[in-house]
Amino acid sequence: MATTAEGFDNPTHADHAHDADHKPGFFARWFMSTNHKDIGTLYLIFAIFAGIIGGAMSGVMRMELAEPGIQYLGWWVEFFGGTAEENANYHMWNVFITAHGLIMVFFMVMPAMIGGFGNWFVPLMIGAPDMAFPRMNNISFWLTVAGFLSLCMSLFVEGTGANALGAGVGWTVYAPLSTTANPGPAVDFAIFALHLAGAGSILGATNFITTIFNMRAPGMTLHKMPLFVWSVLVTAFLLLLALPVLAAAITMLLTDRNFDTTFFDPAGGGDPVLYQHLFWFFGHPEVYIMILPGFGMVSQIVATFSRKPVFGYLGMAYAMVAIGVVGFVVWAHHMYTVGLDVNTKMYFTAATMVIAVPTGVKIFSWVATMWGGSLEFKSPLVWSLGFIFLFTVGGVTGVVLANGGIDDNLHDTYYVVAHFHYVLSMGAVFSLFAGFYYWFPKMSGRMHSEFLAHLHFWGFFIGVNIIFFPQHFLGMDGMPRRIPDYPQAYAFFNQISSYGYHVMAASMVVFFVNLAYAFTGGKKAADNPWGEGATTLEWTLTSPPPYHQFETLPVIEDHHDYHDHRPA
Amino acid sequence: MNLGQTRHGAFNIVAALVAAFLLVFALQGVSAQDAVGTTSTQVEGTEVDLGSPEAAVALGEGLVGDEVGDTLAGQMAPTPGKGMPVDRGMTFQDQYTEIGRDALFMHDAFLVPMMAGVSLLVLGLLLWVVVRYRRREGREPSRTTHNTFVEVVWTLLPVLVLVAIAIPSISLLAKQYETPPEDAVTIKATGYQWYWGYSYPDHGDFEIISNMLSEADAVANGEPALLAVDNRMVVPANTPIRLQTTAADVIHAFAVPSLWFKLDAVPGRLNERMLIIDEPGVYYGQCSELCGARHGFMPIAVEALPRDEWEAWVLAQPGGTLGEEETAAEDDAESEADALEAGDADAADEAAEAEADAA
Repeated sequence: MATTAEGFDNPTHADHAHDADHKPGFFARWFMSTNHKDIGTLYLIFAIFAGIIGGAMSGVMRMELAEPGIQYLGWWVEFFGGTAEENANYHMWNVFITAHGLIMVFFMVMPAMIGGFGNWFVPLMIGAPDMAFPRMNNISFWLTVAGFLSLCMSLFVEGTGANALGAGVGWTVYAPLSTTANPGPAVDFAIFALHLAGAGSILGATNFITTIFNMRAPGMTLHKMPLFVWSVLVTAFLLLLALPVLAAAITMLLTDRNFDTTFFDPAGGGDPVLYQHLFWFFGHPEVYIMILPGFGMVSQIVATFSRKPVFGYLGMAYAMVAIGVVGFVVWAHHMYTVGLDVNTKMYFTAATMVIAVPTGVKIFSWVATMWGGSLEFKSPLVWSLGFIFLFTVGGVTGVVLANGGIDDNLHDTYYVVAHFHYVLSMGAVFSLFAGFYYWFPKMSGRMHSEFLAHLHFWGFFIGVNIIFFPQHFLGMDGMPRRIPDYPQAYAFFNQISSYGYHVMAASMVVFFVNLAYAFTGGKKAADNPWGEGATTLEWTLTSPPPYHQFETLPVIEDHHDYHDHRPA
Repeated sequence: MNLGQTRHGAFNIVAALVAAFLLVFALQGVSAQDAVGTTSTQVEGTEVDLGSPEAAVALGEGLVGDEVGDTLAGQMAPTPGKGMPVDRGMTFQDQYTEIGRDALFMHDAFLVPMMAGVSLLVLGLLLWVVVRYRRREGREPSRTTHNTFVEVVWTLLPVLVLVAIAIPSISLLAKQYETPPEDAVTIKATGYQWYWGYSYPDHGDFEIISNMLSEADAVANGEPALLAVDNRMVVPANTPIRLQTTAADVIHAFAVPSLWFKLDAVPGRLNERMLIIDEPGVYYGQCSELCGARHGFMPIAVEALPRDEWEAWVLAQPGGTLGEEETAAEDDAESEADALEAGDADAADEAAEAEADAA
């Protein structure tokens, strides 16, 4: 490709290379970073680290649930320095579910999707040299790390008593469980963790919005942006509008806990249900925050490996906008059993089902993108295919749960657990791995092993399905969420589910072996290892890209179709 | 892209598949021994659970729990598989309310076909494109990026499907919110950390405190462990019940899957929903909102009795009466004398006690 001739400079070319690739020393580079790619890398390393911890916690929980009775919780109580006895063991369980949820949501999926891939590829895809506010980008990252440390600290301080460390409140932190019933400082640390991570995300969101609105390369109109950039733009708006509500809610929790206010305490005229409304006004957009960037990545990948432009580009972009908008007016479907009146419940039932329409548009458009294409089954496409199917399965159980009358039986059962793990542990995480294998050669300059990536896929695919599919049955049979022990009737499917964890965990070993292989023996990656289907701007750069790219801005020529962003 | 690379890609997929399956089976083999151990436990559990079905319904004949202690005397024996989770159950529990049957019908008739249809459609489309549009030598990918007609179709079709689901869904909701009649029996379930209290405000306002039985006691009583309680919520069958929920400390949720009933118990609020149970029986549930350490250990057991037996049960409770209106208007019917006439000395004593308490 004649990339330099038409107004596009490749800065690594000798005559332009003055200090484009000059990197600061180790400490300045990694601890005071203002480079979007370095910060993206930090976010990804952090997300992988947090993911290992959060994933290990789910392993502890699946071990405990493999058979009826309490087997391992006492060991963990002793591990954290307590004395194993019934209530302490049970509290330990609640600490695990709380930490697993908070870590996976705030410190694994969000940092990986928005902080990691968003930071790395939004500037590259829009032809910008960096993010709009590089120093703010740095503080976003370190606030997230500080939040994670605060959450870790909560595990070592009193929750409900001297022998019950940690916050046992669930990731939803419902009052009054989180106020009067967990009086120790653990919940304060957990709340502070959310404040810090939330502040980091709000700063990150403003950064992305500013970058995308102001720093697109000449000629790249909004309607020519790659869909991944669209997805991050919509996500950033959701973050910006939703997180302050969470911040307000948990600040009210803090003052209820420490300064004798009674926002959520009926004894003083407050209402515990108010907290739930505030939390879910944030919480529902939050689930779209976790999946929208995945939508964007899957769109890029499907188009790349079909060697076709995305089908229905505008429909795809505005479907994400629609999902974002409608996502703000459906929150009370998380609260169907709280005692809503009938009209409210009818409204939220109808509104929730509306979301299935733009989601369906996206699913069908991905299929149509592949239709008539020339599909090459590289690992990113295989992960994306897995994503499309499993997200559909998670979506249809979502339509079931949307019905307020049906949800009366399924609310707070394992059916819900199965549903949201299908859309997150399979939806979001499959898209993360798809994106990871797609961009790993670009980020590292090394090729991973395609064989190991496929092996990882099949192990993970089979594993998570064994874990979560039987949980639909458990939920329909009535097994509540968040319990460490269960009646004998639920033993069989819990055991199957726990087997699945082993398969999934083994596949994660393959993932890390693949990483080790890539960094030690992996082939050098070409600028564009994926062929002519990869048309976005990041593939015009070297692998890895120069430390500072696009010192001369690329110019996007008026093109006959959407999505093809190669400088003409 | 040359043919060699394509073959290589195909090989990768097949090899990865084989390796993944080997991995699964290896792991299954490793854990096979555990599986055997647990299965035998399950069999033991089932044997214990099986009470004599004949003894299940009639009050007084199901006195399995004599050896457990006084609190359990007089409890109805549960019918195996009724009102409780089914071993290896893959769908909803059998329903014993009209609401439950309606909801179950809607799930089975509308939602299951929707789920299966959409999932299989997407799976089929994916398999089709995977097989049909594999990369092959000499095939140029199409450059089609728009087709207004199909885009309109795949927007409108889901809308129609959702409307078809929404209509029965909305009417199901309306039905669930029907107001209980004036003479409905009011029962208030209060969630505490970590037990339930059931009070009967129109029947002397006595409160039954309901704690979970230990595993040994539950098994001895012929009940499923973690679901059995010492004092059940005793209700009349076939009678509208105005079930109210509230909580004393944190949020709990009163849930009985076989009655399609789940209502949060929120401090400072009084939630209310009508419940009509079709037939006598024991129906189990569990607290369904995270409420602290022993959240998994505050089960719910509803014992539905024929109306007359339930009335006798109410009168047997300390302070139990048959309600203000009834005591005023039908004073004679339940008076000591009438009861004595009928030869029911126990009921007479209780009626006398109740009247004394009321006075």
